[in-house]
Amino acid sequence: MGCETPSIPTAGLRERENLMTNRILEVKNLHTRFHIAEGTVYAVNGVSFHLDEGKTIAVVGESGCGKSVTMMSILRLLPSPPAEITNGQAQYMGRDLLQISENEMEKLRGKEIAMVFQDPMTSLNPVLTIGRQLSEPLRVHLGMNKQMAHDRSIQLLEYVGISDGVRHLNDYPHQFSGGMRQRAMIAMALACVPTILIADEPTTALDVTIQAQIVELVQRLRAELSMAVIWITHDLGVVAEMAERVLVMYAGHIVEEAPVDDLYEDPRHPYTLALLAALPRVDRRRDKRLRSIPGAPPNLLVEPKGCPFAARCELVLDHCREAMPPLIQVEPNHYAACWVDVTTGKPR
Amino acid sequence: MANALITPPKDAPTLVQVRELKKYFPVTQGLIFEREVGSVKAVDGISFEIQRGETLGLVGESGCGKTTAGRTILGLYPITAGSVKISDIQVKNARKEDMQILRRKAQMIFQDPYASLNPRWTVSAIIGEPLRVHKLLPDDKARENRVHELMLLVGLSPRLINRFPHEFSGGQRQRIGVARALASDPEFVVCDEPISALDVSIQAQVVNLLEELQDEFNLTYLFIAHDLSMVRHICDRVAVMYLGTIVELAGKDELYENPLHPYTQALLSAVPIPDPKKGRARQRVILSGDVPSPLNPPSGCRFHPRCPIAKAHCSERTPEWREARPGHWVACHEVK
Repeated sequence: MGCETPSIPTAGLRERENLMTNRILEVKNLHTRFHIAEGTVYAVNGVSFHLDEGKTIAVVGESGCGKSVTMMSILRLLPSPPAEITNGQAQYMGRDLLQISENEMEKLRGKEIAMVFQDPMTSLNPVLTIGRQLSEPLRVHLGMNKQMAHDRSIQLLEYVGISDGVRHLNDYPHQFSGGMRQRAMIAMALACVPTILIADEPTTALDVTIQAQIVELVQRLRAELSMAVIWITHDLGVVAEMAERVLVMYAGHIVEEAPVDDLYEDPRHPYTLALLAALPRVDRRRDKRLRSIPGAPPNLLVEPKGCPFAARCELVLDHCREAMPPLIQVEPNHYAACWVDVTTGKPR
Repeated sequence: MANALITPPKDAPTLVQVRELKKYFPVTQGLIFEREVGSVKAVDGISFEIQRGETLGLVGESGCGKTTAGRTILGLYPITAGSVKISDIQVKNARKEDMQILRRKAQMIFQDPYASLNPRWTVSAIIGEPLRVHKLLPDDKARENRVHELMLLVGLSPRLINRFPHEFSGGQRQRIGVARALASDPEFVVCDEPISALDVSIQAQVVNLLEELQDEFNLTYLFIAHDLSMVRHICDRVAVMYLGTIVELAGKDELYENPLHPYTQALLSAVPIPDPKKGRARQRVILSGDVPSPLNPPSGCRFHPRCPIAKAHCSERTPEWREARPGHWVACHEVK
């Protein structure tokens, strides 16, 4: 977007304190299960990670790896039953999100921690105007009156690159294109200037040229508003562009965690290695067939035992099928959950 | 678009010939007295040829008409104008007997492995259907043997022959779809986004399978996709579509390394590279706005409202489809 964008006005909003790099979210040993007719789904099996103020982390993994469920668990958006958080903590600004009352949670959700979902058509209400949906968080969380919320909605739309915001306030979601809907969703998430923006596959339903616009938009907003961003995706290409630190998830476990450059240059978990080798590259000539990963991810209805990737792993040891390896520090700031050192192919 | 013939790069016989193909869908108004108020020009004059054994990629963003093009080529939609010839059979106004041959010789693999298989049919019924319909193997036993063979061919265990689609994973379902397409021994297969519903680790399995089958049976593919990385990997030549027209066509490495059309350049630069250092170093062309409606496409060059190098004449004259370099075709006024 070449046009100048109006800066976001902070009047009437919580002033952001000038803090040094600060750990704002710390998730420890999260376990989430779903009790369904067929049995228990072991969706998240001991996930721990942290997020520092103003930083971007990406959570990458295939469908069913638990990346969305982890975030939904933290925000307590999963209906219980069937979901059950059996263990874990999520410390946010000195409070455990999994312990606070529903009332307190409601005050945080959408205000300090906001979420953007994959499909903007199903997450917007089709029978309410964009303006109405945009002003809702402003009125609920910030106590603005109708006029203030109206004015601010226009500013927000223009801030995310929808020009002529006045005219679009009375539009319904179906009148927007996919890219505009996602911009409107982002405007809603930004309405209260959140500390953490969780974006769950926000570009998966969009075309590449629109995806590039949204990625650019979120990067600009993150810098200007010093938000922390958690970007959930299955696309290793988008991760490379967006993230500072990457968590790779597989079958409800974090199997590798590293700064973005290290992850791509020097992956240390066999799954990450295999995933990168299975990707065709737009910037390279083809030399051979793709290296596919045999088999499929494990059935989550079976209680996990050992490393979930063992059945598909080239370097598997007997021990791998027995015990899940912890996240081991392999380099400064670089962690991998593997009993094997992939650089030598030998057990650690 | 000019009706120039696109010269193929290899000296293989041409299997599929598409000339000035158009497919318009009428837009009607009124409940009782329906009248036509316009038409969606989903495909508006595309021409190309595919050689036997070749894979031609057809890429573009959603709504550019690539799926409609694939379906119209197979005669699944009636052709509005232009012609399609598949191994000497004219698809438009084909006689019934010719159409039956075509239905056997040209097959399709669909995008969504969940929606394209009948949930109430067993794998045996699904893969055996083309054999039954075309009376290729009327004998039940022989048909079952052939289904066994096909399952082995696509990497499914024949023990699963009496299972239903819901008992399979996405990748396995797509294998069932591939087996069904191969059952009638086709020469030409339209693969309509065959891997976009699958996870990365499974995509490579299906793509490798498609390549193995191509080598074994000398299949010809029209590979429709929006994933430009995978298209570069699997295709021999690539055609880029925008709003119902082809804007550029070239051999894959030529197209990816020397894109001439500004749309192709923008499209390629928008593809994220799984290499953070290289990604940061790269120049990006970020297009503003969205794709216009095919109901009322822009005048002249359809890309001109979003084009970073558009001049005044771009909105007036439709650019000529010409060979800018040997085997590299482009429709743009500004490309020299």
